[in-house]
Amino acid sequence: MMLIPCPFCGPRSQVEFTYGGDATLRRPAGDADPSRWADYVYLRDNPCGPHDELWYHGAGCRSWFVLRRDTRTHDIIASAPVGEPLDGTRP
Amino acid sequence: MQRYSIASLARGAVGGHLQWSRAWRSPEPRRSYDVVVIGGGGHGLATAYYLAKEHGIRSVAVLEKGWIGGGNTGRNTTIVRSNYHLDPNAHFYEFSLKLWEGLSQELNFNVMYSARGVLNLVHSPADMDAALRRGNALRLNGIDAQFLTREEIARRIPNLDCSPKARFPILGGLLQPRGGTVRHDAVAWGYARAADALGVDIIERCEVTGIHVERGAVTGLRTTRGDIATRRVGIAVAGNSSRVAAMAGVRLPIESHVLQAMVSEPLKPVLDTVVTSGAVHFYISQSDKGELVMGGDLDFYNSYAQRGNLPVIESVVAACLALFPSFGRLRLMRSWGGVMDMTMDGSPIIGKLPVAGLTMTGGWCYGGFKATPASGWVHAWTIARDAVHPLNAAFTLERFAQGRTLDEKGAGPYPWAH
Ligand SMILES: Cc1cc2nc3c(=O)[nH]c(=O)nc-3n(C[C@H](O)[C@H](O)[C@H](O)COP(=O)(O)OP(=O)(O)OC[C@H]3O[C@@H](n4cnc5c(N)ncnc54)[C@H](O)[C@@H]3O)c2cc1C
Ligand SMILES: [Zn+2]
Repeated sequence: MMLIPCPFCGPRSQVEFTYGGDATLRRPAGDADPSRWADYVYLRDNPCGPHDELWYHGAGCRSWFVLRRDTRTHDIIASAPVGEPLDGTRP
Repeated sequence: MQRYSIASLARGAVGGHLQWSRAWRSPEPRRSYDVVVIGGGGHGLATAYYLAKEHGIRSVAVLEKGWIGGGNTGRNTTIVRSNYHLDPNAHFYEFSLKLWEGLSQELNFNVMYSARGVLNLVHSPADMDAALRRGNALRLNGIDAQFLTREEIARRIPNLDCSPKARFPILGGLLQPRGGTVRHDAVAWGYARAADALGVDIIERCEVTGIHVERGAVTGLRTTRGDIATRRVGIAVAGNSSRVAAMAGVRLPIESHVLQAMVSEPLKPVLDTVVTSGAVHFYISQSDKGELVMGGDLDFYNSYAQRGNLPVIESVVAACLALFPSFGRLRLMRSWGGVMDMTMDGSPIIGKLPVAGLTMTGGWCYGGFKATPASGWVHAWTIARDAVHPLNAAFTLERFAQGRTLDEKGAGPYPWAH
């Protein structure tokens, strides 16, 4: 069972959250080349190890945040509000 | 290869079963091969078998980092069927089901194909529309599909709660009579033995750690048992597809997710049909050992761990008890997980990668066991002829960029939603 640290509510059971996938993707400009759009929509690094991913605290504060989690072990490394660095320092 | 038959079994019984030889050799890897297949699951072994059998290519190695069949082939819930809606899927999986029907004879190995029927339950008017539409599409494609009423289901599966007061009322169901189960380990062993007999080297405990590429073409592999030169490499590594393709600089439209399954304690025959419910995300069958084999959803987060968490187990068991209240007396014996190669449209990728000489069969999501014979067959064709066969023409990697996705569920580009 994963205990997920919501940056706003603290540690909560995984059943309160919904998964949102890879948090490192950056949306291309609207008029970017179609191949860049295809890469953004479909291709993933899918790392075996630490993965930065979006989660949604649906049964809590209803916020999206970023979680760094190891995909080999499910160990949780860090979490932060979207747009803030994962190591806890302020930008 | 020592042929298995009733006569050889009788001779063995008389001689105390001492005459049996190994089912396949355990050779040292050679320095070069015409073709190397990465991954000794069902798909890799079937690819090697059909390369030798259908195309006469016998300088073939299958490299497996662990032991053959130790990946998803030995972890899945063994359901085979071909009741897909979209034409390319329907034709491909029906070809696979036809291969299953003759596979024990083809391989001279009993894979225990059991055509016990796969029943998809219908719980709502929307389910009903979808089931009838898919059933009609199947019949137009020449695939068996039969609608059963609630009364017919209640007669066929007496343990199922078909009463109007059920938590998930059953309005009917779509049955594929030729669907059923196959013994998963036997598929790996049967293909391995038959491929070995045709000269294929099956090399276990040999992990591929690098792919050598020169001027856009494959020249060889780096492995934990030395370098191997080859100009043709087929990747069949299921949940590790992204990692192995990345060794050649290729990014894939795939995420790895964990899927769990579980079994009850063994009991006498109680369930002779595979029963599934899309609405409650649940499926169940009874193994030949007597265990009830159950599964449901993904865990819904990226994972390479080959194990999952408790909430999914709880939801699978809750669904089971809602449909089969009498199973509440049973104990759960074991649960386990496997790493799924989930694609962005829920359909597989079988074809060439953008490096000359490199192909893959993967992206099987949670339904690739049933595809094993057809996947090996078309993958071998693509490797041997450097071209796609009509059966895998729709399953190319390029389909994503070209907007030709095969989204059976209509879920959009969210791999964990398929
Ligand atoms: C719980 C569960 C239930 C399922 N139920 C069903 C079902 O009912 N019906 C169905 O049709 N499908 C089902 N599936 C899906 C099915 O199991 C898979 O799609 C299918 O078995 C994939 O076969 P494969 O040969 O590609 O993979 P695998 O059997 O996983 O083989 C891949 C092999 O590649 C090896 N490998 C990986 N990386 C390397 C490397 N670098 N070097 C060398 N070797 C490597 C691995 O060790 C592994 O043995 C289920 C899966 C799971 C986990
Ligand atoms: Zn919160």
